[in-house]
Amino acid sequence: MDEEFKVIDNYLMIRMPMEIDHHKSVDISAKADRYIVSMKVGNVVFDFERTTFMDSSGIGIILGRYKKISCFGGRVYAVNVDNRIRRILLLSGLENIVEIME
Amino acid sequence: MIEIVEKKDVKTITNEMRLEFAAVSDNEAFARMAVAAFIAPINPTVEELYDVKTAVSEAVTNAIIHGYENRCNREDKVCMYCAIRKDVLEVVITDQGTGIENVKQAMEPLFTTRPEMERSGMGFAFMEAFMDELQVHSEVGSGTVIRMYKKIGLGAWIDSEE
Repeated sequence: MDEEFKVIDNYLMIRMPMEIDHHKSVDISAKADRYIVSMKVGNVVFDFERTTFMDSSGIGIILGRYKKISCFGGRVYAVNVDNRIRRILLLSGLENIVEIME
Repeated sequence: MIEIVEKKDVKTITNEMRLEFAAVSDNEAFARMAVAAFIAPINPTVEELYDVKTAVSEAVTNAIIHGYENRCNREDKVCMYCAIRKDVLEVVITDQGTGIENVKQAMEPLFTTRPEMERSGMGFAFMEAFMDELQVHSEVGSGTVIRMYKKIGLGAWIDSEE
């Protein structure tokens, strides 16, 4: 099992990589979806503790997972968000979709 | 081909570089690291470095997945040209891909031609937000040129003012 993905109760925890770009995002999204379907989790938590770089591909990962789980009432959360990642989330208008946990 | 360097201001360039690499997604990280290393001598702030890397990442990703339709062909090449004029960085990302039919529409936030690939449609919006100036030239069938400018080292300037 990948250590980047962990299921706790009804939450899929995703430990995001150091750099999030289009190259990395394809793999993360595919793996996350496999967990969402096979483990039937309702909510997704993105952990940005390690992340030092993220471009708009990160927005695609979050939005894509949100679309998959929101129709069943699921929510997406972001933890360990630094100022740069926060700026990118706000710039994309994601503050209404993803709950940023302090 | 659209000319990359405008002849009239060639003399003011203090440093420049040109890179050509295959249009495969591994090179997104390579392009970011290359531009970061190139501007290191003009002392960018951490924030400026991050802004430039993000804009380059967006432009190179666009060239690979839209310009060259994500076909990962080693023969397809993306060119990155960088020039420094005193404290202003110019970055030009060029591809010889499909080109953009409607540049104005493509630059609208959230517009994407590839929703199935989870593209957020924020690429051009990020380039505009993180750089000082953005110009896009595109011709259908011959490719796209993204030209961006950013003043670097504002941190040092603010320090000296104080």
